[in-house]
Amino acid sequence: MPLIQSSNLTPELAAMQVEVEEYARGHGLDFYPTIFELIDADELNMIAARGGFPTRYPHWRFGMEYESLSRGYQYGLQKIYEMVINNDPCYAYLMRCNGPIDQKLVMAHVYGHCDFFKNNQWFSHTSRKMMDETANHGTRIRKIMDKVGVETVEEFIDACLSLEDLIDVYSPHIKRRADRKSSTLNGEREEEAKKPRRFRSKDYMDTFVNPRELPGEKHDVEPRKVPEHPERDVLLFLLEHAPLDGWQADVLSIIRDEAYYFAPQGQTKIMNEGWASYWHSKIMTTQGLTTADIVNYCDHHSGTLASSPTQLNPYKVGIEMFRDIESRWNRGAFGREYEECDDDAERRRWNTNAGLGLEKIFEVRRIHNDLTFIDEFLTLDFVREHKLFRFGYNPGSEAYEIESREFPQVKQQLLSSLTNRGRPLISVTDGNFRNRGELYLKHEHSGVDLQIDYATDTLENLQKLWNRPVHLETIVDDTKTVLTYDGEEHECDYGESLSDLFDFSEDSED
Amino acid sequence: MDIKRDQRRFKQIVRGRIRDNLRKYITHGEMIGRRGKDLVSIPVPQLDVPRFKFGKNGSGGVGQGDGEVGSPVGKPGQGPQGAGGAGSEPGSGHLMEVEVTLDELAEMLGDELELPRIKPKGNASVEAEKSKYNSVRQTGPESLRHFRRTYLRALKRQISTGVYEPLEPRVIPIKADKQYRSWNDVPIPHVNAAVIYMMDVSGSMTDDQKEIVRTESFWIDAWLGSQYKGVQRRYIIHDAVAKQVDEHTFYHTRESGGTRISSAYRTAAQLIDREFPAELWNIYCFQFSDGDNWGDDNRQAFELLTDRLLPRVNLFCYGQVESPYGSGEFLDSLEKQFAGNETLVLSEIPDKDGIYESIKTFLGKGR
Repeated sequence: MPLIQSSNLTPELAAMQVEVEEYARGHGLDFYPTIFELIDADELNMIAARGGFPTRYPHWRFGMEYESLSRGYQYGLQKIYEMVINNDPCYAYLMRCNGPIDQKLVMAHVYGHCDFFKNNQWFSHTSRKMMDETANHGTRIRKIMDKVGVETVEEFIDACLSLEDLIDVYSPHIKRRADRKSSTLNGEREEEAKKPRRFRSKDYMDTFVNPRELPGEKHDVEPRKVPEHPERDVLLFLLEHAPLDGWQADVLSIIRDEAYYFAPQGQTKIMNEGWASYWHSKIMTTQGLTTADIVNYCDHHSGTLASSPTQLNPYKVGIEMFRDIESRWNRGAFGREYEECDDDAERRRWNTNAGLGLEKIFEVRRIHNDLTFIDEFLTLDFVREHKLFRFGYNPGSEAYEIESREFPQVKQQLLSSLTNRGRPLISVTDGNFRNRGELYLKHEHSGVDLQIDYATDTLENLQKLWNRPVHLETIVDDTKTVLTYDGEEHECDYGESLSDLFDFSEDSED
Repeated sequence: MDIKRDQRRFKQIVRGRIRDNLRKYITHGEMIGRRGKDLVSIPVPQLDVPRFKFGKNGSGGVGQGDGEVGSPVGKPGQGPQGAGGAGSEPGSGHLMEVEVTLDELAEMLGDELELPRIKPKGNASVEAEKSKYNSVRQTGPESLRHFRRTYLRALKRQISTGVYEPLEPRVIPIKADKQYRSWNDVPIPHVNAAVIYMMDVSGSMTDDQKEIVRTESFWIDAWLGSQYKGVQRRYIIHDAVAKQVDEHTFYHTRESGGTRISSAYRTAAQLIDREFPAELWNIYCFQFSDGDNWGDDNRQAFELLTDRLLPRVNLFCYGQVESPYGSGEFLDSLEKQFAGNETLVLSEIPDKDGIYESIKTFLGKGR
């Protein structure tokens, strides 16, 4: 399918775009050219099912996603209002059946996102030609499928997708080590290349003409540890060391590229949506609305920001945080003097007319991600005002219950659920475990156990790529546990319990 | 956009998944309540790409709203949690409904149980006439005029008579050129099947047994339905006396009292006499009981079976479900009496897991 280069907006909508774009620029938003595409609900579901890219590689998962989206839409349970693609130019989709005020709101919202994509540092390493790249990925994978067979490739993609979270989200921003070409583990070929040519010699002279070892060479060199440091980019490690066929490496690198592309969106969900909501709200309420539209706008806006007890709405928290920051920096309510003030009433009244709010939020949107955003700007007052609480699973009642409304607990919980995009931190610690070429991963346990059935299934997929036995070290019920899969059967090795003694005394009481 | 391809592939995978788990579905009868006219919707566990993810215990998130510490915020499975947080999908019991046609289901059943196709008895002795418009004639109403053929004939005539002028091609049909569409009566072989279900509803049959019967007959129905067009179903319940009932009553009646199997046989025989002449119908009888027949009734029952039922049916299946009061002796008696009879199929269903084998026994004959 050819990429649509020009937009298909109706004249009214095109005029609206010009208007909204003007407002957005007026507020200092800075974005790539934005192309709006008017499509109907079914097309939107199709595109959404593919993560926003109409021309991605074929995979059943997209079909499943589409089925569930279109069913949800059919039953009136869900409806996608807006979708923006981080690309240059930015692509955004408008749903044909939305009313004009909705379209305007979506446009304003989209410009917020576009500004965020372009300026937030966490997006600085994402490809801005992803629309083209995903299309290329699609072509590459289709070609491979033609050559190797659809099912073989699909199975391999399934295995790769199962591992796609195992990337190092910070690596685009830090150079952790020198780039390495893919090599085999034992490095034999390298050794051979280094060997000096043998000279011709008579038998009895051979040991002198061609000495067994180079002068000064040490015999017992410690074998290089692979990897030298624990490697969080498991996909990269596999690319460099797993015994993959050419096409397999190609597929894996595609999956990895796309995982890296999507990662910042997971890292900045609250900020991104908050920022876009902040701007749609500002643009609409100060410029975009006539009195006749206000009810429609409010209806939609409040629907977007609705909060629920079990789901922290990133739109809501994000917009309120940005507003909170803006107001604090406008009042000068920051810095040492303010922090040290104990008088609640005085803190409330605090106003130095600093007027730095707008400048501050632009700075925040440039340098922060959700994790640092919450860490830096979530305050006690904010948690109280917005009635945030921490909840947890109570096995007794089999329900999720409110555990605490204390600021430190709430913040701690929020931070830990944002760490590594809410996924377990897992790294390769040994690529030659037991000196048998087995792969050893370690889960950095942070208080929550892994879901074991998923973990064992994932190990199976990992083993498909590695071909030798794979291990995962984690902690289950306070016990160090190593899960192993060797290609045929699973093994679960429980180590020493950290709370053995405790358990024992409890048992004897029963 | 080839999302359709992805969707098709997804559906293929789902069907594969159903096929793999068919035994479980057969045994647990989960889908019976989900039956529409031609479709059955089947709950399939969400096909998930497995990942390393956090489990439920010790997981939690941050929410927003009122409530005291300790008050519940939601049961597992109620929407996503937290800020994409730990355990963001509590209780992964995420089921997806997939719709399959009954025919497709029967197909899967047939593959799974390796059921032979049924060869209808008495060939296609019943024929319905159906009109098919597949010929032409010279006469007919103008509304049926075959335009192309008419003009073709006119053209031919004009060329052969030399009236036709290529420079001024004007074709005018005359009456003799006119062709009309016409029909032929095509005999369509119409094979009918009648299924008669009989169930013992005496006191010793509990709800569990009925559930087994219900599940088993659902699958039998699905299979026979795929093999014949237009299956007629009749239901007979009996304790000491028998009566014909509708489907709902069949599964939901509980009587007390004794058991006289012959009563059901007599009713079935009368039913066949009245409605299903054996020359025209493929008749199937399925009888379910716990086998606890009144002793003096056996002789009568066997007589009826020998004289009036077995000669006329394709298949007579007797399934003996085990009740809490144990299994009766009717099965053994039948076996002794009718050893070697091809038409009579016996099967013992000790519990739900026995359904699978039982269906295989009943339908494995291909009759």
